[in-house]
Amino acid sequence: MKYLDEYRDEKGVRQLVQELHRITTKPWTIMEICGGQTHSIVKYGLDELIPKNLTLVHGPGCPVCVTPLELIDKAVQIASRPEVIFCSFGDMLRVPGSKYDLFAVKARGGDVRIVYSPMDAVKVAEQNPMKQVVFFAVGFETTAPANAMAAYQARERGLDNFSILVSHVLVPPAMEALLSSPDNKVQGFLAAGHVCTVMGFTEYVPIARKYKVPIVVTGFEPLDIIQGILMCVKQLEEGRFEVENQYARSVREKGNVPAQELIRQVFQVVPRRWRGLGEIPQSGLGLRAEFKELDAERRFGLADFSVEEPAECMAGAVLRGVKKPRECAAFGTRCTPERPLGAPMVSSEGACAAYFRYKGVEAKKHG
Amino acid sequence: MSITEGGPLERAGKVNFGGITKEVNLAYVPEAKVGDYVIVHVGFAISIVDAEEAARVFEYLKEMNELEELA
Repeated sequence: MKYLDEYRDEKGVRQLVQELHRITTKPWTIMEICGGQTHSIVKYGLDELIPKNLTLVHGPGCPVCVTPLELIDKAVQIASRPEVIFCSFGDMLRVPGSKYDLFAVKARGGDVRIVYSPMDAVKVAEQNPMKQVVFFAVGFETTAPANAMAAYQARERGLDNFSILVSHVLVPPAMEALLSSPDNKVQGFLAAGHVCTVMGFTEYVPIARKYKVPIVVTGFEPLDIIQGILMCVKQLEEGRFEVENQYARSVREKGNVPAQELIRQVFQVVPRRWRGLGEIPQSGLGLRAEFKELDAERRFGLADFSVEEPAECMAGAVLRGVKKPRECAAFGTRCTPERPLGAPMVSSEGACAAYFRYKGVEAKKHG
Repeated sequence: MSITEGGPLERAGKVNFGGITKEVNLAYVPEAKVGDYVIVHVGFAISIVDAEEAARVFEYLKEMNELEELA
């Protein structure tokens, strides 16, 4: 397919890898933010092509992984109600809650449906006026335009049987939380190409300046990622810390303005709890007062419900880039994609699932 | 890509994903026209691929090749 195949060209990747080896003189640690990038890096073995003194750490950019246990438990409670049709993206169904996951709710007769787009959930609400239809709105800035549109359209169409359970998170505040943490090792970032497609990259400029870290907006194909790393290392070697855009075929400096307008109309910035990172101020999106009647937590009386994270899974350290999946004692034994202990083993964008799938359990012995 | 006109928020198009065709909401790319390549996320087009920018890395690789030949 055009704009995909050529970015997977081995010869081009090898050429950039060679250039990367040529310019790298010191050890550097770079974090890729997005789970889609983590997946590509591990799938194509890009981490094995780069110079030995470069370390790639995987960031908190998997929306499924950073959704706190509390929200999963709320989803399970809502989905278990007989009057509810609960709609979600597929990979949320397997994320373990305190007691069960959404698949278990479905197995017990709950009406849990996998949808491709939040607009499909709006359609389900139109077709089932006697049911309460709830959409599980998780995601980063990339998914916010779609979720904002679903909320906006539901209100326009007067659908009083539709609501959303919101767990929206924002990338820049999480980067700041990581950078200001005492155990931070990250010296440069590959920012997430699709998040920046929506939001642009002006909000990263103050972060790059304040923490003196280069930030390179990067795509998802092997050629994109290697070029992003190359641009980032070049800055590190030259002592620069700027925001650069590798993924210019999709990302414009100001982002997608019509999408941002609808996001702002529906959502406001709120504090949010992240799995593994705890509560970060101003790090999420919640519904504005004008859309509060669509808030599922309110509708089902769960606003004050709270649960602590389990201690056994080291998801937090993996999501902060402090530990690699293979350093976990449960990896590949007590924790597998079929029986996950934590969210990073569930989603295709989770670091643990990517390591399990492409590096296997064997790698643990060697790595 | 083919386009069905509706209200500005319901503007939709059929997008071919390497053989599979899906209907995609085009509300956020009002300037999209038939034949464009778009980036799609959960049923919404979020940008139009810029052909000139897309070619840039390949020009860079070509230049690197030419420099190597000179050396």
